[in-house]
Amino acid sequence: MINLQDEAQPKGAKIRGNKPVDQLEAANRFIAASAHQKMHDQRLWDLRKKRDAQMHLIPEWEELRDLASEIKNHTLDFLADYLEEFERNATANGVHVHWAKDAQESNQIISDILKQHDAKTLVKSKSMLGEECCLRQHLEQDGVKVIETDLGERIQQLDHEDPSHVVVPAVHKTRTDVSKVFEKTLNAQKGNNDVHYLAEVQRETTRPYILNADAGMTGGNFLVAETGAVVVCTNEGNADLSANTPPLHIVTVGIEKIIPKMEHLAVFIRLLSRSALGSPITQYTSYFRGPRKDGEMHVVLVDNGRSTRLANKTFKPGLKCIRCGACMNTCPVFRRSGGLSYGSVYAGPIGLILSPGYNTHKYRNLPFASTLNGSCTNVCPVKINLHEQIFAWRETLAKDNELSLSKRVIMKTLGQLFASPRMYRTAIQTGDRALKYLPHFMVYNRLNSWGRQRDIPSTPKETFHSWYAKNYQKKEKRDE
Amino acid sequence: MEVGLFIPCYMDALEPEVGISTLKLLERLGVDVTYPFDQTCCGQPMTNTGCHKEAAATEALFVKNFSRFDYIVMPSGSCTNQVRHHFDAIDQTDDVQHVRKNTYDLVEFLHDILKVETFPWARFPHKVAIHYNCNALRGLRHASMSERRESFFSKPKNLLEKVKGIEFVELERPDECCGFGGTFSVFEEGVSAKMGQDKVMDQQRSGAEYIISADSSCLMHQKGCAQRMGVNLQYAHIAQILNGDLS
Ligand code: SF4
Repeated sequence: MINLQDEAQPKGAKIRGNKPVDQLEAANRFIAASAHQKMHDQRLWDLRKKRDAQMHLIPEWEELRDLASEIKNHTLDFLADYLEEFERNATANGVHVHWAKDAQESNQIISDILKQHDAKTLVKSKSMLGEECCLRQHLEQDGVKVIETDLGERIQQLDHEDPSHVVVPAVHKTRTDVSKVFEKTLNAQKGNNDVHYLAEVQRETTRPYILNADAGMTGGNFLVAETGAVVVCTNEGNADLSANTPPLHIVTVGIEKIIPKMEHLAVFIRLLSRSALGSPITQYTSYFRGPRKDGEMHVVLVDNGRSTRLANKTFKPGLKCIRCGACMNTCPVFRRSGGLSYGSVYAGPIGLILSPGYNTHKYRNLPFASTLNGSCTNVCPVKINLHEQIFAWRETLAKDNELSLSKRVIMKTLGQLFASPRMYRTAIQTGDRALKYLPHFMVYNRLNSWGRQRDIPSTPKETFHSWYAKNYQKKEKRDE
Repeated sequence: MEVGLFIPCYMDALEPEVGISTLKLLERLGVDVTYPFDQTCCGQPMTNTGCHKEAAATEALFVKNFSRFDYIVMPSGSCTNQVRHHFDAIDQTDDVQHVRKNTYDLVEFLHDILKVETFPWARFPHKVAIHYNCNALRGLRHASMSERRESFFSKPKNLLEKVKGIEFVELERPDECCGFGGTFSVFEEGVSAKMGQDKVMDQQRSGAEYIISADSSCLMHQKGCAQRMGVNLQYAHIAQILNGDLS
């Protein structure tokens, strides 16, 4: 096997406009980079193991999950009320609250705020919603310089790659991969792949931006309706720097992030970091209730398809997500494929159920990147029925005529065959000679994909059916 | 008590010996078993691909074959999960409800219904690791799962413990999916094979001689991977062990 630090980092899915993303093709390339794949699997499995250890330290873990799920369900049922309560309270605290129906509107609102303040530089802490709205690209077109302040996100920004994971955006990269990026973009020492050195380079090069930025931006992990506050969790403290150093703080947050009361916050804070990284708590849990002295604070509440999902009974539970990434860490397909293979903002199990909601055609292959093993559902701190929704998406795709031709043809043929005992028997048992061909037939095999990497099962002398006919029917006749 | 025996399509064709062990074991335990002749498949390949309409006739045929029995038993957790939780493509008549409620996987049937206490005829002096099919584990709750905070339990292990000489070894990732996943193994071949190879490596490291499971489909995939990798591991269905066929 090639040495991990020498192996080139595999790139993500090829995006061709609105064409369906071929997740499997990108996954196969990731698997072919065997050292990267192994590291990726191991890193994320370690997080899963740490998470398990934390879970066993909390006797009331399952009750916490139930509670979190119920709080979210309740909040979603009265979403409009809680959002209005948030707006009232935030406004009373001196925060400007904006409503955006989609990505474009959100980007425009943020552009306008920046223009009003003549802001040309923006430091930004990690926000998946920002990725979802392509906010950075939009602002850069507007002539605003945007700097990511989260280490992983900064690496991805400098490498012109999307984050590959919601919590650890550069988890698919080795230190050497990072060193190469920093050498090209930050003038770092060639070949120095010491992690402390690399973190220091990032820090030293980002600090001046933070100190001189015109505006700062954060996402929001939770919005508390009762107090009108925004809660942000980071491990690097970069949200505090981004929010507090510049005079202007803009928050961009999805409307589903709201919770009713302060007391509910405790439930989620206890679950979030334990589920994500297996650490008891996030290093920095910051509570922004109003603008800093002489500053301004804006909160942009973004819908971007969320209210449509809210109205759909089957896919509504997806809105409970707190973006902990536990479902990705546990997903055996994600760990083998790498997050960039999904070609979408959200990868792994949560990506499988969110992405087709944004663009059904483009992401129609994603719900098939799962064995439906259900580990995700049981690891999810807010009890989202992930694998059931993946299953439901397949049915929706079939109804919407979004299945690939080969799947459609094979399933139609199988459906007819299995519905007719006579046809089925003829197919598998026209004399036991046909058994030779059976393995191919049984694994629905047109492309011989079974046998490429696995041995094909050897064929028995006769089927159970014919054995039974010989041994038991004769016996029955004798008994008569 | 009259029991209808369902032998999954892949088992009928590729592993008849598991069907035979199942039938003989049930008979040995005094169960009145019938194998309806017109059976085919449980419809899982279509349903799991989203093609519920295409599965409807297969589901209807299944109900026609099996509604007259008190219990429907099959040596497959995955197909049981399909019948119990996914027979939604057809009208939910009394017959359909009856079939859904009374379909049991072999392990459940022995453990929960018959409550078998001993298998005096069975001996298996080998190091064994258990493989849990994901549908059986998380859908039927054959065992506790590592994702949840719950006390350990395992129905397959409870049964196997009653077999003389058996010794258990543990996997590092005891309930990670092996990558079979029905049609996943064909349509997503690359990831599926990689998961299977990783599973085989874990099994090999555990020191197991045999991998025992309540589902042959996963085993077929794992065995295919192991053989291609040149790893010397044996795979067997729990019915074969409990009936003493490999003693
Ligand atoms: S779906 Fe659940 S496990 Fe996955 S990121 Fe969201 S909250 Fe976490």
